[in-house]
Amino acid sequence: MALVINEEQQMLKSSTKEFLDLKSPLTLMRELRDDNYNQFKVELWTEMVEMGWTSLTIPEKYNGLNFGFVGLGQVLEEIGRKLTVSPIISTVLMSTSLISLSKNEVLKNKLFQEIMNGSKLCALAHEEGRHHNPELINSLVSKNEDHFILNGKKKFVIDGSISDYLIVSAKHEDEKNIALVLIDRKSDGINLNNKVHMDSKIYSDISFENVKIDKMNFLSTDNDGSIILNKTLDIARVGLAAEMLGNVQEAFEITMKYIKEREQFGVKIGSFQALQHRSALMFGEIELCKSIVLRALQAIDSNDSELPKFASLAKAKLGLVSKLITNEAVQMHGGIGVTDDVDIGFFLKKTRVADRILGDSNYHLDRLAKLNNY
Amino acid sequence: METKTKVDLTSFRMETRKWLEDNCPNSMREPLTDVKQLYWGGRNGNYFSEDQKIWFERMLEKKWIVPYWETKYGGGGLTPKQNNILNQEMARLGCRKPHINFGISMLGPALLKFASEEQKIHYLNQICKGEIRWVQGYSEPNAGSDLANLQTKAEDKGDHFLVTGSKVWTSFGDKGDWIFCLVRTDTSSKHTGVSFLLIDMASKGVSTRPIKLISGKSPFTETFFDAVKVPKKNLVGTLNDGWTIAKYLLTHERQMIGGIGETDKKKPLSEIAKEVLGKNNGSLSDISIRNKISELEMNEKIFELTIQRAMDEHKAGNNPGAVSSFFKYYGTELGIQKEELRLEVNGFNSTEWTSEESNNGREARLFCRSKGYSIEGGTHEIQLNIIAKRVLGLPSK
Ligand SMILES: Cc1cc2nc3c(=O)[nH]c(=O)nc-3n(C[C@H](O)[C@H](O)[C@H](O)COP(=O)(O)OP(=O)(O)OC[C@H]3O[C@@H](n4cnc5c(N)ncnc54)[C@H](O)[C@@H]3O)c2cc1C
Ligand SMILES: Cc1cc2nc3c(=O)[nH]c(=O)nc-3n(C[C@H](O)[C@H](O)[C@H](O)COP(=O)(O)OP(=O)(O)OC[C@H]3O[C@@H](n4cnc5c(N)ncnc54)[C@H](O)[C@@H]3O)c2cc1C
Repeated sequence: MALVINEEQQMLKSSTKEFLDLKSPLTLMRELRDDNYNQFKVELWTEMVEMGWTSLTIPEKYNGLNFGFVGLGQVLEEIGRKLTVSPIISTVLMSTSLISLSKNEVLKNKLFQEIMNGSKLCALAHEEGRHHNPELINSLVSKNEDHFILNGKKKFVIDGSISDYLIVSAKHEDEKNIALVLIDRKSDGINLNNKVHMDSKIYSDISFENVKIDKMNFLSTDNDGSIILNKTLDIARVGLAAEMLGNVQEAFEITMKYIKEREQFGVKIGSFQALQHRSALMFGEIELCKSIVLRALQAIDSNDSELPKFASLAKAKLGLVSKLITNEAVQMHGGIGVTDDVDIGFFLKKTRVADRILGDSNYHLDRLAKLNNY
Repeated sequence: METKTKVDLTSFRMETRKWLEDNCPNSMREPLTDVKQLYWGGRNGNYFSEDQKIWFERMLEKKWIVPYWETKYGGGGLTPKQNNILNQEMARLGCRKPHINFGISMLGPALLKFASEEQKIHYLNQICKGEIRWVQGYSEPNAGSDLANLQTKAEDKGDHFLVTGSKVWTSFGDKGDWIFCLVRTDTSSKHTGVSFLLIDMASKGVSTRPIKLISGKSPFTETFFDAVKVPKKNLVGTLNDGWTIAKYLLTHERQMIGGIGETDKKKPLSEIAKEVLGKNNGSLSDISIRNKISELEMNEKIFELTIQRAMDEHKAGNNPGAVSSFFKYYGTELGIQKEELRLEVNGFNSTEWTSEESNNGREARLFCRSKGYSIEGGTHEIQLNIIAKRVLGLPSK
């Protein structure tokens, strides 16, 4: 497959940009933060749904747009540029991807309709430790007469505070298999501890105490839970990398604009070679990021068996490059860069959290070495 | 129409595959272990082995020394798609290049764009037969990064130029037959007083002196021109407009050098490290080396994808100029990092300088040689200046 986006994908990208320029400029993120960390602007979400963003990766069979992940990647990249606050990562990137892999057709039909028409939001509750770990699952589901019950604790749930549903990973009591279950967030026995992080997003620690689960609400069968979970994590890593690509491009462009305007010593500071060389290096690093993000998105769409490798390459590279770019962006702004008056600090704070989600660059460099057998 | 082209390409691939299998000697399918195993051609060209001679002659007969040039210039007349297929099939079998020459990678593209038809027919045909070994006469003692400051002068003497001056850093200057030179033909202006001249190194007044490098090797020379008579017909392009050609040629040189890391098909460092360091619970026993290798191999893979993306952008009709401007810097940077890391992986063995076991200090010398990657063809700093100015549009003082 050629490593370029096609005309349709290009059009989606431009229409996304146009839309966000109008409806979600950078100032919106600041407004929502100042509105007591508001996580959800319903009018904005309604318009995103109307634009079809919640249907992008859903197959035609379920009345979705079947536009694929290269398409969704373009949207996420633009969202990354504007630091747009929306449940697209939790509901579309993570939950929809997981649901797509499920064999529970009844539940799938229902959820897809609700996600596509924008009536329900959905979050993935997986992490249990302070570092990303796909294998660490102590939450348990056990059988109880005609239904099941869930006990356990999850951390760092993206959009847990605003979602209607939670998809929870847990172990079956007597078996090693991983179960993926859908739960109504308002069910009895669920307790949320909402925490604001430095990106002004709320992440929830959630405890489950004897939460009742209908047996119709399993998204996994006896043996596919771990396959579905791992694939979902890889897809989500790539999507996060696409969003981070938007973050770094915007931070870089804002900075280039700034150093072309700011004067010290009677000249534009952009004329100093010390800044020029670092800028040129950043330019190159971003070009590298574009290639791996696109390749990894294509790997999802083409069902490439090497998806795990491409996902780790993308997440590791974006983790490293986002640190470089946002540090330099703040530094090149001088004193004003560390003030809340300008936006550049938002990119620093956003990418530091994004690096942690589903594995930072250390995690993925280690995983790459494992995948390459050393 | 489209399906017909597809069928043609498929049969071209099959024929090519079979021809290569039948004609490429087995020893020419093994990875190079020494640069000496390349065949550079020229008046004094000598073959490293009998198989190398056979391989060169067969490819010559097939007109595949430069497969993608037009047949009237001695090339194979392959379309870009066919040429891609040939490259892929050669890579599949591991076939070595039959011939390496700066005439192919640097001078040829410049001649195709700027030379007269007569010059093209003459020089390109020679190149395609491997008859002339070309070297590059750009740098001078006072014209390195600031190349346009060059002073070697060519005076107009009616039917010929009289060339006087000296060049430095001429790669393989002592082995060259002809040299493509930048000369000063007008002293009253800097960039618009430079011309592009082809000089036979057998001419009276041309001499070379070797330069010894930190690697202990001497593949470079100073090259002196003492009142050398050069026929006027050896001028390429317009008088005093040689800078345009010089820059065009440099982009090809940078592509070639930027490919250093990429074409390195030697064993991956992770494989070497497994043998040398061993594993502990499934991972390399030295964790900090393991992390460095993982990061380097990540960047190598992503760089490969980026080169592919630039080619695909080009094919799709977009201009990949901006991204390509980073290739010389990054390709050589990865090559340098790799040699540095190779020393860490191999420990004390890798700093051996003369022993037989170390193949006369091959690794240590390669390491020393790699330090030139970020200098030759325009230094790292010059590459970054170019990006800052031309791509990012950052202001000058
Ligand atoms: C936390 C904090 C506390 C402070 N406290 C005080 C205080 O108590 N009193 C006080 O008076 N000031 C204080 N300052 C101001 C501080 O001294 C200035 O911010 C600093 O000198 C940089 O100036 P600037 O912000 O105008 O950045 P600029 O000078 O605009 O610099 C912007 C960028 O350009 C670079 N740059 C500028 N000139 C060159 C050059 N010639 N070559 C290469 N690069 C160049 C800079 O390194 C920087 O990366 C404080 C700043 C901060 C952040
Ligand atoms: C292995 C090798 C092979 C070569 N082969 C050939 C050949 O075949 N033919 C040929 O003609 N030449 C050849 N060269 C020469 C090469 O092109 C020059 O060495 C190179 O252009 C740098 O010039 P210089 O050595 O004079 O360094 P200088 O220009 O003196 O540079 C010294 C240092 O100053 C820095 N510097 C210079 N100007 C700037 C600036 N504006 N901004 C920031 N930093 C700057 C440089 O980056 C460098 O770090 C070769 C060189 C090497 C090392």
